[in-house]
Amino acid sequence: MYTQALNTAETDDRGLEDAAKAAQFQARIDAEERIEPNDWMPAAYRKTLTRQISQHAHSEIVGMLPEGNWITRAPSLRRKAALLAKVQDECGHGLYLYAAAETLGTSREELVDAMLAGKAKYSSIFNYPTLTWADIGTIGWLVDGAAIMNQIPLCRCSYGPYARAMIRVCKEESFHQRQGYEIMLTLCHGSDEQKAMAQDALNRWWWPVLMMFGPPDATSQHSDTSSKWKIKRFSNDELRQKFVDATVPQAQYLGLTIPDPGMVQDADGHWRYSEIDWTEFKQVLAGNGPCNRDRMAARRKAHDEGVWVRDAAAAYAAKRAQRRTAQAAE
Amino acid sequence: MPVANIQVSETPLVLYALRRADDALILGHRLSEWCGHAPMLEEDMALSNIALDLIGQARELYTYAAKAEGKDNDEDKLAYLRDVRQYRNLLLVEQPNGDFAQTLVRQFFYSAFADLYWRAMMASRDAALAAIAAKSEKESAYHLRHASEWIIRLGDGTAESHARAQAAIDHLWAFTGEMFAVDEGERALIHADIAIDPASLRGRWLTTLSGVVSEATLELPQTDWMQQGGRSGRHSEHLGHLLSELQSMQRTFPGQTW
Repeated sequence: MYTQALNTAETDDRGLEDAAKAAQFQARIDAEERIEPNDWMPAAYRKTLTRQISQHAHSEIVGMLPEGNWITRAPSLRRKAALLAKVQDECGHGLYLYAAAETLGTSREELVDAMLAGKAKYSSIFNYPTLTWADIGTIGWLVDGAAIMNQIPLCRCSYGPYARAMIRVCKEESFHQRQGYEIMLTLCHGSDEQKAMAQDALNRWWWPVLMMFGPPDATSQHSDTSSKWKIKRFSNDELRQKFVDATVPQAQYLGLTIPDPGMVQDADGHWRYSEIDWTEFKQVLAGNGPCNRDRMAARRKAHDEGVWVRDAAAAYAAKRAQRRTAQAAE
Repeated sequence: MPVANIQVSETPLVLYALRRADDALILGHRLSEWCGHAPMLEEDMALSNIALDLIGQARELYTYAAKAEGKDNDEDKLAYLRDVRQYRNLLLVEQPNGDFAQTLVRQFFYSAFADLYWRAMMASRDAALAAIAAKSEKESAYHLRHASEWIIRLGDGTAESHARAQAAIDHLWAFTGEMFAVDEGERALIHADIAIDPASLRGRWLTTLSGVVSEATLELPQTDWMQQGGRSGRHSEHLGHLLSELQSMQRTFPGQTW
């Protein structure tokens, strides 16, 4: 197995994690070198990345559910094909990311089990429901837009396999974002009913999307070490502000109103948003969002109902290998 | 004023294209229901991929049918504004996904036929149909390989997967006869070398099936009784529910552009 073959260092780390190695590691990071799976790395670096990459993978997979909710109801054949292809891309992202996480020494099965057991997190945004077709446009425009803002800097992340996965993911996300915006544009050029649908979706998604960038810098737990290791290159608040500044003119072009009456543009051109309701964010993270239970139930159901299929595939592969060995022995 | 159901002038050629378009759309729709819920991520990818191919085929065939009809229908009107009695797909493709075995057996029966059918249709005297066939044949060959591999894995996997695969074969077998039936209108298209006679494919279809099924340690049923009706709009109860979901936006917001 790829993972095990590459990672013999896991148990060694504790003994070898001396000051000299750590200093050498940090020097490589500072010199913008990429860390590769077989390189020595501090146990905490491995742990942080495994957590971040697997959470990212889980988000892609759980993220298939809210959008998948509209595949069978997409309003035209072109939209149906585009949405199905998009959700399929998200699945592909999940697969690359699990593969990138596996290079750090934890198998996909273990990572998925942790998610299904409720021990691993995924992006809180996917705990909100998709109620109308405009939600599909809004997710593409805003959720994928926010994801791109977060992920572009990750293309330069110090860990090679993650950085490389992000390059491809970002290209596809940027296509999805344009697709979502185009859905919104069509709605906003449509009937009053369609325009109202677009505005309603923006109203519901705006604040949860701003929360996607994570807690404010003043309270964020992981940023310091992540910055030192060049896993994270911009702070949550910096990325959030970049996103808001990019999005406000797009909303204006659509003729939609950002649901923040207190928003003002400052002298430097930045759009200053009002206070975010972090209580809601904490509640959703704690499992109390509108769809947390549904999302987990759907993933567990797929997993449980798939057991016999995966068992069959494994049993068949074992039989075939056995037959080959027997044939070779004859 | 938007209408509830469109009327289609079903000349033999329009009807011919519509039937194949409906097969592809309904089967593609069924497969798309798996997206996000498959037994493994690789199958979420594969089933979505096959669904995309089929929806692509449907779009080409609807566009062809609309052109052949020469009125103001288009791919979306044909897909979204016909009721269950106007749909012309095989009963096989509208059958619910059931478990993974049922989905894969349905796909296997259909793809084993579609692969032969599209290959033969590449010789159609109608250049547009021949071009659709050339593209669809490449896709069907992959769909058949994917389904065949799964039939073998399931049949020769565990006792449970074997039982489920056999149950799916027994359940779906009666829906396969319709693939080979021809009515008068189609007979004329066959004589004109626009269409091919599906009955001529049955022997090779059975050979493909027998090979895979026997490698899978499964059996084909001995029964000859076949359900029919899809081609003339007499469907199972399942199709109405599928259509009410598929068409919900167009029915709720008539005449709008999305």
